[in-house]
Amino acid sequence: MRIDAELVREGAPARARQSRRHTAVSALGPLTALAGLVWALLQPYRVTLLEPNAHSFWYLAIQPPLLVILAGAVFHFWVVPGLLTDLEQAEQEET
Amino acid sequence: MQPPPEVVHWMFGTGFVFLGLCLLAETIVGRAVWRRRSWRAYLWPGVAFLMGVLMWPVMVFYTSSAIHMLAHSVWAQSMMLAGAAQLGLVRGKLRNPLWELTVPLALAVSGGAFLIHEQNPWLFSRAAFLHHALGWTALAGALITLGLFARPRSALFSVGFATVFLTFGVLLFCDRNVAPIFGHLSPLAGAR
Repeated sequence: MRIDAELVREGAPARARQSRRHTAVSALGPLTALAGLVWALLQPYRVTLLEPNAHSFWYLAIQPPLLVILAGAVFHFWVVPGLLTDLEQAEQEET
Repeated sequence: MQPPPEVVHWMFGTGFVFLGLCLLAETIVGRAVWRRRSWRAYLWPGVAFLMGVLMWPVMVFYTSSAIHMLAHSVWAQSMMLAGAAQLGLVRGKLRNPLWELTVPLALAVSGGAFLIHEQNPWLFSRAAFLHHALGWTALAGALITLGLFARPRSALFSVGFATVFLTFGVLLFCDRNVAPIFGHLSPLAGAR
């Protein structure tokens, strides 16, 4: 019983450190998308969809704030889920 | 239907932001976890190589002077070299760790190309400012990646490497065809 308690005490900081990694990776995509959203609010004229008749095809297709949001979203939904699964497995193996 | 130059810069900026996020995530979780799935190990070298390939049409269709064309071809070759060498290392075809030095080499050569081909001062125009800023960022990146080669487990150098790519992305997103920088725009650059 005493050994178990020691293991719990030793494992707690490790789990806290690991969960910080989990949180940090999970936050990268949303923070990037948030940066794009803030940019869109600060420079709404860069979001050309708000004025669709005033712009040509390329300026409607490629809008920098939306590209930043897209990069964050692709990273979050394509890369992060598998990475978190692997991270959790690695953490379980460590403990 | 050819996209304007600034639009092309923004598309490359998106690629660099994505690369920066991947490198940052790899730093956070560690290389062992990142490489548990083989496609992830190939992700950043593959994207870097692809961006190098895509730089060739940019060189062909968008450059208006010989020095501009040479600079774009240097960036294309640098990105392809670094990406291909990293792909070879990940795959195991290349075993000599000195191949890692292709990344600082590519950054140093790219930074030199930025600074040499931009013949106007920093505040000539937005594009001139960004060329100088990108050039010095690439040279700083070369030093950071040299540090990473010497100390592969250094979190500081790893974060620095990712930050270099994110900075490239931000600077490319700042690009416009003709625009002032901090209120300055030379009449020679198109100011009225």
